[in-house]
Amino acid sequence: MNFIVQLTYLLAAVLFILGLKGMSSPKTARKGIIWAGVGMVLATLVTFVHPAVHGLTNYLLIIIGIAVAGVLAWWSGRRVGMTEMPQMVALYNGMGGGAAAAIAGVEMLRALRTLPGDLQSQAQALSNEAGISLAAAEAALRAEGAATASVAGALGADVAILAILGALIGTVAFSGSLVAWAKLDGRMKRNSLVPAQQVVNIVVFGLTVLFGVMTFFTDSIAVVAIFFALGLLFGVFVAVPIGGADMPVIISLFNALTGLAVGFEGYAIGNPAMIIAGTVVGAAGTLLTQLMAKAMNRPLTNVLFAGWGSTEGAT
Amino acid sequence: MAIEGFVAIYIFMLAAFAGFEVISRVPVILHTPLMSGSNFVHGIVVVGAMVVLGHAETTAEQVVGFIAVVLAAGNAVGGYVVTERMLEMFKSKDEQKKEAKE
Repeated sequence: MNFIVQLTYLLAAVLFILGLKGMSSPKTARKGIIWAGVGMVLATLVTFVHPAVHGLTNYLLIIIGIAVAGVLAWWSGRRVGMTEMPQMVALYNGMGGGAAAAIAGVEMLRALRTLPGDLQSQAQALSNEAGISLAAAEAALRAEGAATASVAGALGADVAILAILGALIGTVAFSGSLVAWAKLDGRMKRNSLVPAQQVVNIVVFGLTVLFGVMTFFTDSIAVVAIFFALGLLFGVFVAVPIGGADMPVIISLFNALTGLAVGFEGYAIGNPAMIIAGTVVGAAGTLLTQLMAKAMNRPLTNVLFAGWGSTEGAT
Repeated sequence: MAIEGFVAIYIFMLAAFAGFEVISRVPVILHTPLMSGSNFVHGIVVVGAMVVLGHAETTAEQVVGFIAVVLAAGNAVGGYVVTERMLEMFKSKDEQKKEAKE
């Protein structure tokens, strides 16, 4: 069964690349989206027989989740006017980033769940062997090899690094895209939320990176939760100062970032379809962001660092 | 299926080149539809969300996994609908005539 799953993922990856190729020319654009759509349906259907998926509750939750979100997204996408399309793209893109971050969240919860048991069984064995108390054995184990009692220890260093990077990028793309949606939809008009927004942004970014590094070494759920919260906060702060005219470029950038996050989480959970589709979108989105900025005659750095030095008193 | 070390780096590199290459000659008029289309393609995150919810074993994992599935399905379905509607405008003349007759 796994062979069929992997073969279908390969086919989906090919269809996605062909679809994007088609969408880059006016004549074949409509065929392109249909090819990509076929790839998506095949990949989704075959995942129902993925060897890792089990449990009646889980199956029910998957079906309910897809059905509810699918119907709502279909309805909202059909209903929206042509001029409101860019903010809908931002909204759906943010959802993708959030999904990538949530995948990282589940993997970290799994890692933390397996840790205490692992450590305790080791401590049990050590206390039996050496004739010391269980608490002393556990303390000794923690002291000598903290690596076993960490997210990195449970997931492996490479998986942990990419899961954390994907979570960081995913959370930023999620909340940033939501702000982009709110601004384009006229629900939010402010250009700063706190005084000296840009300085605060640097501090928040530094803290986010710090907690990302701590997540690698930690065995505490609180550290992971703070890391995710900081990522979300940074996404909001980074999108708030950006002006309405620059929004399409920023949405394209968040789109590329979401692609990258999906690619990284694909590595973390060993899913080649996600790695290929995510990375292709990450690269294509980066190029597209540059092309869009160029078409608007606006260097990308101007867009990103808009409002530098003019944040004071801006409302 | 675990993909490890250099093999993964090769996949990342080749996929990145493919991404650059397939859209390198896109006309300005297609910038927004292509952004929307690539937004749909990263909706593949739905399969990852299904897998992590599928192997969830505690309530906390199920809650976060369910959020992942909901968000990812919204990305995929919404992305498709919006892109398809944008590309409606790129129908060839023949197709438009055909639909007018029906």
